[in-house]
Amino acid sequence: MSTSPVHIETDVLVIGSGAAGMYAAIEAARAGCRVLLIDRSLIGRGGATVMAQMTVAVALGEEAPDHWSHHYKDTLTAGRGLCNEPLSQLLCEQGPECIREMEAWGVGWARKDGKITSAFAPGHDRPRCVYVDFLNTGPAVSKTLRTAVYKLKSVARAGDLCVVDLIKSEGEVRGAVAWHAGSGAPVVISAKATAVATGGLTRLYRRNSASANMGGDGYALCLRAGAPLIDMEFVQFFPIGHLAPRLIGMDPIMWDPFRYKLGGRLLNRDMQEFTDRYGVTEDGRYVITRDLGTYAILKEVEAGRGSPHGGAYLSFQHVPEAKLREAFGPVIDRLAANGIDLTKMPVEVAPIAHYHMGGVAADVRMRTEVSGLLVAGEAVGGANGANRLSGNAITEALVFGREAGRTAAAHAKATKAVPAPNGAADEAVALIAGDGPKEVPNSAAMLQRLQAVMADDVGPLRTEAGLKRALAVVADMTAALGDRPFGDGGRFDMQRLDWFDLRNMLTVARSVTEAALARTESRGAHQREDFPGMLPEWRLNQTVRLNGGRLEVSRPPAPRTEVAAQ
Amino acid sequence: MTETATLKIWRGEDPAAGRWEAHAVPFERGQSVLDGLRWIRVNKDPSLAIRFSCINANACKECMMELDGETVYACTARLEPREMTLSPLSNKTLVRDLVTEIAPPAERFAAERIAVKEKP
Repeated sequence: MSTSPVHIETDVLVIGSGAAGMYAAIEAARAGCRVLLIDRSLIGRGGATVMAQMTVAVALGEEAPDHWSHHYKDTLTAGRGLCNEPLSQLLCEQGPECIREMEAWGVGWARKDGKITSAFAPGHDRPRCVYVDFLNTGPAVSKTLRTAVYKLKSVARAGDLCVVDLIKSEGEVRGAVAWHAGSGAPVVISAKATAVATGGLTRLYRRNSASANMGGDGYALCLRAGAPLIDMEFVQFFPIGHLAPRLIGMDPIMWDPFRYKLGGRLLNRDMQEFTDRYGVTEDGRYVITRDLGTYAILKEVEAGRGSPHGGAYLSFQHVPEAKLREAFGPVIDRLAANGIDLTKMPVEVAPIAHYHMGGVAADVRMRTEVSGLLVAGEAVGGANGANRLSGNAITEALVFGREAGRTAAAHAKATKAVPAPNGAADEAVALIAGDGPKEVPNSAAMLQRLQAVMADDVGPLRTEAGLKRALAVVADMTAALGDRPFGDGGRFDMQRLDWFDLRNMLTVARSVTEAALARTESRGAHQREDFPGMLPEWRLNQTVRLNGGRLEVSRPPAPRTEVAAQ
Repeated sequence: MTETATLKIWRGEDPAAGRWEAHAVPFERGQSVLDGLRWIRVNKDPSLAIRFSCINANACKECMMELDGETVYACTARLEPREMTLSPLSNKTLVRDLVTEIAPPAERFAAERIAVKEKP
């Protein structure tokens, strides 16, 4: 196979084409830059944005008065004292502008009496979540952004490009080396500024609600380039992910919108409501936050009161069919095709990996510690602290994406020439072009094993023994993976793709597990069975760095002092 | 007692020189064809090339292929306890196995379309 890489130059390279990446590309192009937008999958199709079912939290104040500061206060409360306040403020303050821009570009936010209407979601002090019916928020946002990108001549797009490593030379990031899945060829991309918008890490877990390309690649890329990660122990599990009966063609988080609109009742094996046992009385309303909901369901299962498949029942049997149809129209037919009649039966739900609060440390301009390297969207850590409020993910993708695009453009304009890799791309090129070992383990089975150990031992409920068990498996698998990519290096070589994915996923799994082991308390999405209770001395953010191949978890010497939301 | 679905799959990189491979997959009511293909990768052959992102939601629209000659999404086509024939889309350029070039031309990686510079 060919070993001489294709070489491309651009002002701004954006990695990942969810909402954050597309918005970053648009904004950098509007500022006059040449942009290359790449994705490991198809442009604007993979990632998490397209999967968003319903809510986008934003203080528009159309139907009823609201102000970003109220949204900010709720975000900090949900974050259990760990939010990076400037990032949270940016999200809440600029959300309305981004949502209106989405509307101007064509997103048809649901309206009532001519005004954009908002749903009430748990953790918010008032209805604050805009949406597109029916369960169409993510697809509508993706499509609109794709169209906006398409109209910009200065944005080049390329799918099937899987980034293997960032190019770092003389202390700055100068682009990336990618493996083109379609041909197997290495591609060197030189850029004045590089924005990582690769989303989260939910693929590390057996049951997850995002797509198969959310394996935390951006975290690993940034770590290897020298940028620190923060809050890696906080993985959000969405409490009521669909469990049974088997359902196809629907996103497992679809019951969230159902609960927003219709309330619904969360029941145990004995058909009794149980969240009051864990401090939250729902009474048919949807008020339980994600961390508490996850905890309550898992504890109920542990006590032997779970549903047959190991979760809880969710029932809408008390809701008349006419009301179901009014709220969800064609979705009711799709359920019927799956043999589900909500007026006659409950469904089973259970926690499912959904979102990552942690991520790459960044300032409000989306700059990492490394010059030339920016992050956007879920790849950014900190805005949501220890637990994310419903609806903040798309808002974050849009606001942070836009900001990253602006900063990338400013950085590119201040840089005279596209910097040369100066040999810093050679190692990754050699990795891509190299022959694989003759005897290799089954890469897909390895991925499944990693997902199993992360789900069983680094899930919502954690213990020292479990976390150490996971670290041992990760170490074992890292050794089995070796340093030469599997496969034949040909076209769409899935073993090679798995190898590159596992290389990143194992690093990210270690980051999550080490940080979880170090945090000897329980807070938000991180619940230690051996250290129950939230401790004031743990009101601090842990940092993960890669130092000469070694992962280091560190924390500041003293806890943060209280900052009251205005 | 356990039922199986037999997936007869077209393999290869050259449309004129492919081969058929059959795999028996444990069948469970309600599963999708994509579930069966993913089972094969984990349990039999990880080199089987398939394209998908969203797994189950039918949101990414990437898993298009032909089932018994009809174009389907593998994530919404139900697995059935019979022989099911899977082949790549016949009206798209073949990449490998069940993967075809389905991206719009302007979103494909093509060096000549993107500004290419000399190797520094």
